[in-house]
Amino acid sequence: MGATALPEAFITPLLGGLTLGAAAMWLLFSLGRVAGISGILWGGMAGPDRHWRVFFLMGLLIGGVVIHAVLGMPVPAQSSTPLPLVVFSGLLVGFGTRMGGGCTSGHGVCGIGRQSLRSIVATATFMVTGVLTVFMIRHIVEGAL
Amino acid sequence: MTSWPALLSGLLFGMGLSLSGMTDPAKVQGFLDITGAWVPDLAFVMGGALMITLMMTSAILRRGKPLLASAFNVPNLNTIDRRLIIGSATFGIGWGLSGFCPGPALLSLIYGYKTTFIFCIAMIAGMFGATLFNPRPHP
Repeated sequence: MGATALPEAFITPLLGGLTLGAAAMWLLFSLGRVAGISGILWGGMAGPDRHWRVFFLMGLLIGGVVIHAVLGMPVPAQSSTPLPLVVFSGLLVGFGTRMGGGCTSGHGVCGIGRQSLRSIVATATFMVTGVLTVFMIRHIVEGAL
Repeated sequence: MTSWPALLSGLLFGMGLSLSGMTDPAKVQGFLDITGAWVPDLAFVMGGALMITLMMTSAILRRGKPLLASAFNVPNLNTIDRRLIIGSATFGIGWGLSGFCPGPALLSLIYGYKTTFIFCIAMIAGMFGATLFNPRPHP
C-alpha cells in the first residue's frame, strides 16, 4: 500500500477529524463529559453512571451505519491480522487503556485539547510504542520470514 | 434527560470515525509505519479533531457549568505516574499489533467481521484484567 499523493485522500480524514472534534465538544458543552471511548465503554459496563454512556455507544454505532449504509462510504476490509495476535492485541488495548486512563480519543483528542500534560505524555507514549510495534512487525518479523 | 445529547455526540463521533478511515485497521497500521510505506492520511484526522478541541475546550470550560448537567466532569489529575506510562505504552503495542483502538473497534462491529468481534471481547477482558492492578475510577 503506497502513500497516496492525491489531495482528495485527505478530505475525508480531515472531515472525519473535524466531526470527531465537534462530537467531543458537544458532549463537553452539553453534559460536561469527556468523549473518551475506552472510558465510556468501561463506565457503560461497570460504572455507576451508565445511562448516558449506553446512549453514546448506541449513537456511535448508528453514526457508522449512517456513513456507510446511507451515504455509501465503502466498508473497510476485514483485518488480516492472525486471530491469536488479534486476541493478544485486544487484551493489551483493554488493559493498557484502563491502566493509562484513556485511549486515542480520551487522551489524544480530548486531553490534548484540554492541554493536559498527562494526556500529552500518554499520547506521545502510545504513538511511539504503536510505531515501534508496526516497525517490528513489518520490517523485522516479516522481513525475517 | 442526558440521553439525547449523549446519543447525538455518539452519532457525530461514529460518523467522524467512519469518515476518517480510522475503522480500517490496515490503514491505521500504514499510518504507524513511518519508516515504510507511510500512509499520512490519518494525520489529518488528529489534526482536524485537535483543531476543534484546542480552540473550544477552554472556552467551554470557562462557562463554569455544562448546559444540561450540574458540573463538568473532567479529569484534573496532573501527575505523570507509572500507571500512565505503562498503560499507554501497553495500549500502543496492542494498537500497533492489530490497528484497532477502542472507538474504531467498537464501531467496526457493524461490519460483521469475526476478527473485530474477537478483538472487542479480548479488549473487554483486558479492561477487567486491569482492575486487578489497583483499579482507578474512570475519569
